Amino acid sequence: MESVTTPFIAEMRKTPLNAVHRRLGAKMVNFGGWDMPVEYPASGGLVAEHKAVRSRVGVFDVSHMGDIRIRSGRTPGGALAAVQHISMNDASKLAIGQAHYSAMLYPTGTFVDDVIVHRLGEEDYLLVINAGTREKDINWVRENAKGFDCAVEDLSDAYTQLAIQGPRAQELLQKLTDANLGIIKNYWFTHGTVCNLKNTLIARTGYTGEDGFEIYVPSDDATSEMVWNKVMQAGREFGIIPCGLGARNTLRLESKMALYGHEISDKINVWEAGLDRYCKMEKGDFIGRAALERAKAAGVTRTLVGLEMVDRGIARDEYCCCNENGEVIGVVTSGSPSPTLCKNIALAYAPPAMSALGTAIYVQIRQQRCKAQVVATPFYKRPKR
Amino acid sequence: MAYPANYRYTKEHEWVDVKGDVAAIGITDYAQHELGDVVFVELPKVGSKTEAGKTFGTVESVKAVSDIYAPASGEVVEANDVLHNTPEKINSDPHGEGWLIKVRLANPAEISGLMDTAAYEAYIASQSKEASA
Repeated sequence: MESVTTPFIAEMRKTPLNAVHRRLGAKMVNFGGWDMPVEYPASGGLVAEHKAVRSRVGVFDVSHMGDIRIRSGRTPGGALAAVQHISMNDASKLAIGQAHYSAMLYPTGTFVDDVIVHRLGEEDYLLVINAGTREKDINWVRENAKGFDCAVEDLSDAYTQLAIQGPRAQELLQKLTDANLGIIKNYWFTHGTVCNLKNTLIARTGYTGEDGFEIYVPSDDATSEMVWNKVMQAGREFGIIPCGLGARNTLRLESKMALYGHEISDKINVWEAGLDRYCKMEKGDFIGRAALERAKAAGVTRTLVGLEMVDRGIARDEYCCCNENGEVIGVVTSGSPSPTLCKNIALAYAPPAMSALGTAIYVQIRQQRCKAQVVATPFYKRPKR
Repeated sequence: MAYPANYRYTKEHEWVDVKGDVAAIGITDYAQHELGDVVFVELPKVGSKTEAGKTFGTVESVKAVSDIYAPASGEVVEANDVLHNTPEKINSDPHGEGWLIKVRLANPAEISGLMDTAAYEAYIASQSKEASA
């Protein structure tokens, strides 16, 4: 057996909760240069963690995510103008306390990264970005915000970010905060006291397709551990377990949420990725817009489809997709067994002509060509409660 | 979990249990731990050949795909096909019911080149130390 786990590298970056993960016996992996827990075998491992989030509640350390604050200078509207220029969604529609999914694009209409934009105040925005692209993103924002009257601040190391996810997340977190969580809508946020920490950002966001919250607390080790422990304690009655990047990946895949470097990258444009509804062409100019206009006129040559394996076999990232004659027609971007559906699922790029539901697509799995079919996405949608 | 004293082991974490000229082959407890919950197994057909050091099958967890290397050369005389429906046996009983294939050895001398139990235990102890350094 050869392990695919990346070996430990001494220079890897650690979140303030690294020691906690190791004490819990987490299996650690190198994720974009970060030493992160992939699963916690002692509390059941990946599948148990996945199921905890779908049925109860789980907690993830997502402190490796980056945070960029953009505030206006003397000119009112400076921050908004910068955010509008560097991201594709329409930030002018955001109320204070509201967030939305968006992305930063290259002039080619392909992705620098996907981001969640929070409007903190009248002239104040927070962009939450991916870990693996942190430096690139911050440089990109600084460079492209230069022409606007705004200040760009990298707060990535200032926060420990915990994602509390699952149908019991609200009940759990309500025990630790004075903020009224029941009135926070999906993709809205508030500030409140959490674990006696005043003015904590509490957002009803996540990357699991389940209800849940993300909280941002000061990143010193003592505070981070205190909050982690209180969350675990408060969650005990709901059956909380710590969850790693493995479950985070299967949860987001079932919900068809994009992962940078997989469904989106500097080679893939917005139309191909199917993220049209987060791209507001009518809002005015922004980086990538012109290229997207040309791309739309030209038409897409590939589109993201959901696959379900028909034959025995698991489609994995980067496996080739073929038609029935064995000609390569596309590639798998993410593939895994789905713990909720008990099927082997995948996202893949395929020609639009092969994207209709029920179309047979063959995935090359080692020496075998295994049949799959195009299915509706998201693979999983949370039940209305 | 104890490593059976009469087995021999590879650096890639396979075990071999030789009885006469037939060797049962599986992955070790250490290996199944590293992988996590096994959800899929691909085994060679009876009658196919294995070659020492070459892959003969695949074991997959939700997260990872692992090639399995043959500790010895020979002909596959039996494959543990019940694992297709119960791959979790590799987790629960890696050295027993979770065996993968049985091979009629072409060159039994290859076995003497493998680690004995004490050597394998020392080997995985050094591996774990590296991982937590």
